[in-house]
Amino acid sequence: MSAPRELTVVLIGNPNTGKSTLFTALSGMHTRIANFPGCTVEKKLGIYQDEGVKITLVDLPGTYSLSPRSLDEMVSVDVLLGRQSDVGKIDAVVCIVDAANIERNLYLYTQVREVGVPVVLCLNMWDLAQERGITVDREVLSQRLGAPVVVTSAHRNVGIPELKAAIRQVVGTTVEPHRPEFPAVFYEETKQLNRWMQTKFGAAPPLFLLERMLLDVGGESEKKLALALSPELLPVLAASRERLAVQGCRVPAIETKVRYQWIREQLTGVVSRSTEANRVTTSDRLDKVLTHKVSGVLVFVGLMFLIFQSIYTWAAPFMDAIEAIQGWAAGWIESAIGPGTLRSLLVDGVIGGVGSVMVFVPQIALLFLFIALMEDCGYMARAAFLMDKLMTKIGLSGKSFVPLMSSFACAVPGVMAARVIENRQDRMLTILIAPLMSCSARLPVYLLMIAAFVPNIFVWKIIPLQGLVLFVMYSVGALVAIPVAWILRKFVFKGETPPFVMELPSYKWPSPKIVLYRVYDRVKAFVLRAGTLIFCTTVLVWAAAYFPEDHAPERQLQSQIATLEEAAGESPSEEQSAQLTQLREEAHLVSGQLLANSYLGRSGRLIEPLVKPLGWDWRIGVSVIASFPAREVVLATLGTIFSLGSEVADEGEENEKRFASTLQNATWPDGRPLFTLPVAVSIMVFFALCAQCAATLMIIRRETNSWRWPIVTFVYMTGLAYIAAFVVYQVGSRLR
Amino acid sequence: MTLDQISRGTLARILDITGDDTLAIRLMEMGLIEGEEISLIGSAPLGDPLEFSVRGYRLSLRASEAKRVIVEPLSSNHPR
Repeated sequence: MSAPRELTVVLIGNPNTGKSTLFTALSGMHTRIANFPGCTVEKKLGIYQDEGVKITLVDLPGTYSLSPRSLDEMVSVDVLLGRQSDVGKIDAVVCIVDAANIERNLYLYTQVREVGVPVVLCLNMWDLAQERGITVDREVLSQRLGAPVVVTSAHRNVGIPELKAAIRQVVGTTVEPHRPEFPAVFYEETKQLNRWMQTKFGAAPPLFLLERMLLDVGGESEKKLALALSPELLPVLAASRERLAVQGCRVPAIETKVRYQWIREQLTGVVSRSTEANRVTTSDRLDKVLTHKVSGVLVFVGLMFLIFQSIYTWAAPFMDAIEAIQGWAAGWIESAIGPGTLRSLLVDGVIGGVGSVMVFVPQIALLFLFIALMEDCGYMARAAFLMDKLMTKIGLSGKSFVPLMSSFACAVPGVMAARVIENRQDRMLTILIAPLMSCSARLPVYLLMIAAFVPNIFVWKIIPLQGLVLFVMYSVGALVAIPVAWILRKFVFKGETPPFVMELPSYKWPSPKIVLYRVYDRVKAFVLRAGTLIFCTTVLVWAAAYFPEDHAPERQLQSQIATLEEAAGESPSEEQSAQLTQLREEAHLVSGQLLANSYLGRSGRLIEPLVKPLGWDWRIGVSVIASFPAREVVLATLGTIFSLGSEVADEGEENEKRFASTLQNATWPDGRPLFTLPVAVSIMVFFALCAQCAATLMIIRRETNSWRWPIVTFVYMTGLAYIAAFVVYQVGSRLR
Repeated sequence: MTLDQISRGTLARILDITGDDTLAIRLMEMGLIEGEEISLIGSAPLGDPLEFSVRGYRLSLRASEAKRVIVEPLSSNHPR
């Protein structure tokens, strides 16, 4: 039989072992990211060629143990057992271990070993362990474990060829029975369970799963099988565990006891720490400062401020540049193609759509630059450690802090950052409340509404009312998030509080290559996986605003304006500029009418009874619907529909004044003023709480791998926004 | 006494982990086994969670989680 041309190798290890670094070192940039079907676990595949053999590397999520307690954790077990159909049979496993922390890391190894696939043990961060005076006798360890042991320093690309060679050699070998020995009665019970299942169902799961079913009280393996086969399984398991307990083999304590005892036996005389290693390490000294009551908090606040500033402020020039490129491309198309449906599709649909995706890239890149730095150097765990107490008050954990804080700049990178939360319940909860944080896209809406309708007076002579309203608008989302989180925790993501039990890894210098790779990886994932959906939404909304009206009169006016502008040149005569102004006003009027009669405008009129209790007329309704691709679009749409032209929403004092005065003069058909203070506040409150952001919803779709959660988010946020706007308007208009 | 009650710098020996739920299993998986030695390194600025040293690495536990670990103090090199 000739050697196989294709192999599948799985990479598994504890968190903080440099697993993703090793993954990159092995497979380079050739990665494919998807989700495992039906769950939130990201499936990361890397491919490399080794001596003519194509090797597919599967990166499993970092975990401390292989006892599956959730659907997501079950995926790793299914992959290892070759039961995950989209991965197939596994040829070898690389179990990656922190060389400075072998004892605890080997726990996972002992479990992986029992799957029955050849394993290579990889002692990573070898250089750091040596710096700390830790020595390991690799040959003896390899003999004792009955598996090849390779040392690597993945972040410096050291030991990678040796690891590849070890993978080559281990494939196809038989797995030697070097593994912890449980008391005989345990194997007896496993056999009995096997027999019971054979007679009852005609088949039994693999031995590994049978053992897991016995060991994991309330674990995913027993839940899944009880559901698939018969609930009778549960009492049988309970009885079996009862018998084990009577014979001094208490589940689940027995597993950890047996494994750790075995590990210690294998490591005796193999691992040694120089006496120097017992002294206080640099990492410990650094930790004292960074988790200190005063200095720790100061550093944390400073760092968070820096991150927030970077995504809020530093990203702006890049975003402006993207918009400039967009404008340039639009100008180019306008000069090449005459006015018409195709041009409108290309300019407002396609270029607008691509722009609406690309505009998020700077923020995502900057945030993940910081996250990658913090994770790689070991600070991320400390950030969670510092914030945990505060976050538990709203039913979350310290790990939710960075994603939620980032969401104040933009929920899209914020939702993506929730990936750092391993626990599914916590992660889902964080993702669902992240869009409530007041993002930067809401700011233009607040600023314009406040400038136009909130009087510039002082409260108690010192607090400017306008600033106060802005502050309230900014906080309202975060304040509402607290009860929302509480309700979601109580009714949707029920169950035990997820444990905070986690390792605080030693500090180390981050590797620039790894950090940059991580940024590239996240940006790519966003553009490819959420970008298409965001693009489609923008094009759809464009179509709804364009069709079915005949745009010929608008086109005619536009070409008239263009001809006149050309004729007038730099210095138009008085007559010409008067004519231009008149034509432009006419054009604005026509665009306003076109929008009003489009599908979008018609739907606005259709929903007018629905938005009337909020103090809105159908024109405001249309603008709110049109802002679905991005919140700030509401201003441009208001400009169009009030026949001012969409550019009226652009920055500049003159524009702002013109916009404000038009809105102030707008009336209901019966002559009552449309925009009053309660209406303005009702619009602001609606925007503070609503989910009018296609990008956020699409990224939630991607991160949760289900349409259910973006729908839930949209419904609950729109519901909240509606109720709040209703209350504000109804109460506000009665107070006047 | 339980692990959340030991003072900073105290070395303690683990006697038992109470319960057999997810939390208890996780604690044991992290190497908190009967007979193992553990010491308190410090706490977060708001007093919780706590940082421990066990099996040569640093572990963070909330006080409510540390309560599940029954220990006996061995020595105190922190006579404050």
